[in-house]
Amino acid sequence: MHLGRVIGRVVATRRYEGLEGVTLQWVEPLGEDGRPEGAPLVATTAVSVGPGDFVTWVDGREAAMTCPRAFVPVDAAVVGFVSQAARLGREFEPPPLPEVR
Amino acid sequence: MFLADVVGTVVTPVQIPDLAGRAQLLVRPILPSGKPAGRVRVAIDSVGAGVGDRVVVLDEGGAGRQVLGLPKGAVKCVIVGVVDSVDAPGGSYDHSQGTGLVEERR
Repeated sequence: MHLGRVIGRVVATRRYEGLEGVTLQWVEPLGEDGRPEGAPLVATTAVSVGPGDFVTWVDGREAAMTCPRAFVPVDAAVVGFVSQAARLGREFEPPPLPEVR
Repeated sequence: MFLADVVGTVVTPVQIPDLAGRAQLLVRPILPSGKPAGRVRVAIDSVGAGVGDRVVVLDEGGAGRQVLGLPKGAVKCVIVGVVDSVDAPGGSYDHSQGTGLVEERR
């Protein structure tokens, strides 16, 4: 699993069969100090999260196993909402999302 | 599997049922020099590892599900061993010496 931060919601009405009702979010991978690291990706969500939330996500085949139907084209899924993360005893969290007007 | 240093802890009060009651640790994949080899991962602990340990981390779903006894679990990254020693040119490690991370904290 990886650390991540939800940076947006994704809406796609026309989608592959089996993905009905699955929510998609835009997720930015995070490094060990909570800094964004790497390219953002689209993930389904197995827990209720939204933009700005600090999360854990799983990649690969396992991601699809969180969906109502397990044989769906999904390769990333948010599996946890992080309330506390510590590196060497010091807590950290991702930077806040930029303000949107 | 890969070698990593345990650098931290993660608490997720809201999570998929497969993760309930399982400790999740922040692990940093390493190069032989001890330097980071990519982004940190969140791994489920199956052996009682702690911050400052060097560990063997599994990163494959089928084996992960078997280790945790979750046939349909969405789990992948599992700590399956605490390293006692590594003998490698330029990358030896001894558990009694530690990874130096705990000292770094002080």
